[in-house]
Amino acid sequence: MSNTVSDFLFFGAVLSLISYELGLRLKKKFKWAIFNPLLISICVVMVFLSVFHIDYKVYDKSAKYISYLLTPATICLAIPLYRQMELLKKHSKAIVAGTLTGVFTTMTTVLLLALVFGLNHQEYVTFLPKSITTAIAMGITEEMKGYVTITVASIIITGIQGSIIAEAVCKIFKITDPIAKGIAIGSASHAVGTTKAMEMGEIEGAMSSLAIATSGLCTVIFASVFSNFL
Amino acid sequence: MKYIRQFTIILFISLVGEIIHLLVPLPVPASIYGLLLMLIGLRKKWIPLEAVEEVSIFLIDIMPLMFIPAAVGLLDSWGVLRPILIPFLVITLFSTIIVMVITGKVTQLFIKNDRNGKAEKNE
Repeated sequence: MSNTVSDFLFFGAVLSLISYELGLRLKKKFKWAIFNPLLISICVVMVFLSVFHIDYKVYDKSAKYISYLLTPATICLAIPLYRQMELLKKHSKAIVAGTLTGVFTTMTTVLLLALVFGLNHQEYVTFLPKSITTAIAMGITEEMKGYVTITVASIIITGIQGSIIAEAVCKIFKITDPIAKGIAIGSASHAVGTTKAMEMGEIEGAMSSLAIATSGLCTVIFASVFSNFL
Repeated sequence: MKYIRQFTIILFISLVGEIIHLLVPLPVPASIYGLLLMLIGLRKKWIPLEAVEEVSIFLIDIMPLMFIPAAVGLLDSWGVLRPILIPFLVITLFSTIIVMVITGKVTQLFIKNDRNGKAEKNE
């Protein structure tokens, strides 16, 4: 089947879009957090490709045009951020404190869990940049000689986990302030979590966008320090 | 026509971000440089909000779709992931939850302090 399908330029893009639509419908019907449209669409595409023995490269040949827009879209996150500038200035201390806490907590939990699971140095540094945007993280992992493929996988999984648990975590732990929600989601689960934060509200989305940039940049410094600890 | 202009500005900033990424030897991607440039441009009024607003909203709206191809690409890493799957999932999930809770709580605490401080000043 790969042979026929590889001729179609719109196959991968359409498969992704329809799967996402299916995810949205399931979410609407069941309202459970696990019916996260992104998770559903990823699973549907994976199953489809496996069942019909279609190579990932064939799918990506078309689907890459969706990802092509990721850089412009990330740049556009500056717009909600600009609209919430007054709020950002007013609570700058809280935002800086929150972001630094986020980066520090990521590093510390990875270190502790690495000790628990007895990871070696190379495996440990692989997980350090797991909560930040892929492009920065890949650079960090390469620099520290970790496994880049696993870093990328952990970032994607972290993002999906973040967008699934965000609402429940905020509810259970009584994080009610929209700024705090945004910083928490962006620090824990980068751009993928941010799409969930956008859905929760403009302030949440703006603060989460800010956290992508700030925690990404802070991680460059923190990770190089923490890499010495194991 | 206005959409063409908006799209042009956004892609132009993407290109400038790429150029900076090429020139500066730091692991910072074009998108982060672009985000900061866009924010500075808006703040300094070099770029009026109306000149980018609609296309930005559209791109942010469809952003979740852009993560599907990379995530499906995990199929190719399955061989590397399988032997470490359990620690992998535990580490990612635990740290995601803990980071979200602690970051949210600390930020919220500081915001409450901000508000209390302001209330006292007003009295």
